Amino acid sequence: MADGSLTSPGGIATGDRPEARPVRFRGGGFNPTSPRWVGAAVFVVLIAFLEWGTRAGVISNLTMPRPSDVFATLVDLARSGMLWTHLVPSLTRLAVGSALGTLAGIFVGVMIGLFSVARAGLVPLVAALFPIPKIALLPLFVIWFGIDEASKYALIAFGTFTPTVVATYGAVDTVDRTLIRMGQSFGLKWHTIVLRIVLPGAMPGILSGLRVSLAIAIILLVAAEMLGAEYGIGAYILQAGSLYDLERLFAGVAILSLLGVLVSAAIGRIEARLLRWRG
Amino acid sequence: MDLRLNSISHRYDDLEVLRDISLDIPAGRIVCIVGPSGCGKSTLLRFIGGLEKPTRGEVLQIGEAPADSLNPLTYVFQDFALLPWRTVEGNISLVLNDHGVRGREAEEIIADVLARTKLSEFRTAWPRQLSGGMKQRVAIARALAVNPAALLMDEPLSALDSQTRELLMDDLVGLWTRAPFTAVYVTHNLSEAVRLGHRIVVLSRRPGEIREIVEIDSPLAGRDLAEPELDARQKHLWALMRAEAEAADKELAHG
Repeated sequence: MADGSLTSPGGIATGDRPEARPVRFRGGGFNPTSPRWVGAAVFVVLIAFLEWGTRAGVISNLTMPRPSDVFATLVDLARSGMLWTHLVPSLTRLAVGSALGTLAGIFVGVMIGLFSVARAGLVPLVAALFPIPKIALLPLFVIWFGIDEASKYALIAFGTFTPTVVATYGAVDTVDRTLIRMGQSFGLKWHTIVLRIVLPGAMPGILSGLRVSLAIAIILLVAAEMLGAEYGIGAYILQAGSLYDLERLFAGVAILSLLGVLVSAAIGRIEARLLRWRG
Repeated sequence: MDLRLNSISHRYDDLEVLRDISLDIPAGRIVCIVGPSGCGKSTLLRFIGGLEKPTRGEVLQIGEAPADSLNPLTYVFQDFALLPWRTVEGNISLVLNDHGVRGREAEEIIADVLARTKLSEFRTAWPRQLSGGMKQRVAIARALAVNPAALLMDEPLSALDSQTRELLMDDLVGLWTRAPFTAVYVTHNLSEAVRLGHRIVVLSRRPGEIREIVEIDSPLAGRDLAEPELDARQKHLWALMRAEAEAADKELAHG
């Protein structure tokens, strides 16, 4: 067909052959992929630009610290051992708080997904709690749980709880009902249907909700540490900020960004493991 | 174990779906229910297996199910209803484990049903890796694993292409010939009904009523649709259904 030898189907003798041209291609697109190196290249270019700018004087030292100085600060921090002094309490708060919040959120979300009473009673409540800036409640948490770790756990837990609930019950709602009917038709026990059909079916939605709620957890971690914490990444940043020490400020921010990237990668690994069946 | 439907009627609010259906389902036979779309045949099947309750009437189980039957009334669904996060054997072990069958015993049952459905080499495959026909064979294997007293099949071949359908029909005939089972087989496809049914129940359009019950006595294994007798049966069924299907097609959807 490509050679244009196709004659018109009606066999009408027109003398000269009609012009043959390729059909215009109009498919493709709408299918973004992510080549590995592009993401890294964006960081490299951005940092190289800042380094050049601060060295050349295009960017004044007051507006942006030099990336190499920030890096040196990070190295110092690691050498002096202060990095761990700040990182360990922060990671503990993040782990305890978000574990409490997401587990409670998944539990409540599944309840809302399964029971009419829970749905009718809790959906409006969650909708009312969701938009409250949790940072605003920090003084309240201090009164309830004291100035120590408990109030920080509570703040992070509360902040991760609501998005997890919303993601979970949405995910439970999308579980294929025919699979649940199948479970009933085989006489499976109620808890088997919940554990083996509803939860795995909701897992993709729960995990993508987890991405959001863990990012929120990191934001709230800093907020919590700005109040009454001696050590922690948040405390470190706050200290640096009040002294206008931009190198240390950016060193702290870089640690948080890295933490975000690591958490996201960790969820990616969990997804790859738990959602192997999607191929 | 026989099943008996006693004057079953059903309505959703003011929409009458089924009207006064009485039917016997004798053990060891395949009863096909055919009818135009929307006539309530799938609803009827859900009543038979206790997944839904009719407004009036009842489904009776006559006699005890065999003691080794884990789930006497077992469905095979049109869309297979396999759990995509479990492998072929995981889908089968799920229903066995929940009925307390584990370990070696479960292993043996799984190996047996996979061999019967010619799936032995796909034991560890994920559902997404299987073709539609294979998925339905897995669903059939899973149904056989619980040793049902009656199989309730809801358009099991309707999601498949016509070649796969032919192959699976042969498989079903083979399974039945080796070990006759009781089945209620809902379909809108008359050639499936004529190939697989010992008794074919024709429902009218909504509200579904029994128009006619056709008995076909020739053995399943030897049935060939080219036979004049079967061809005549199929033509007769089509004559019964044609006007109903045409009228049903023109109805507006409810709900």
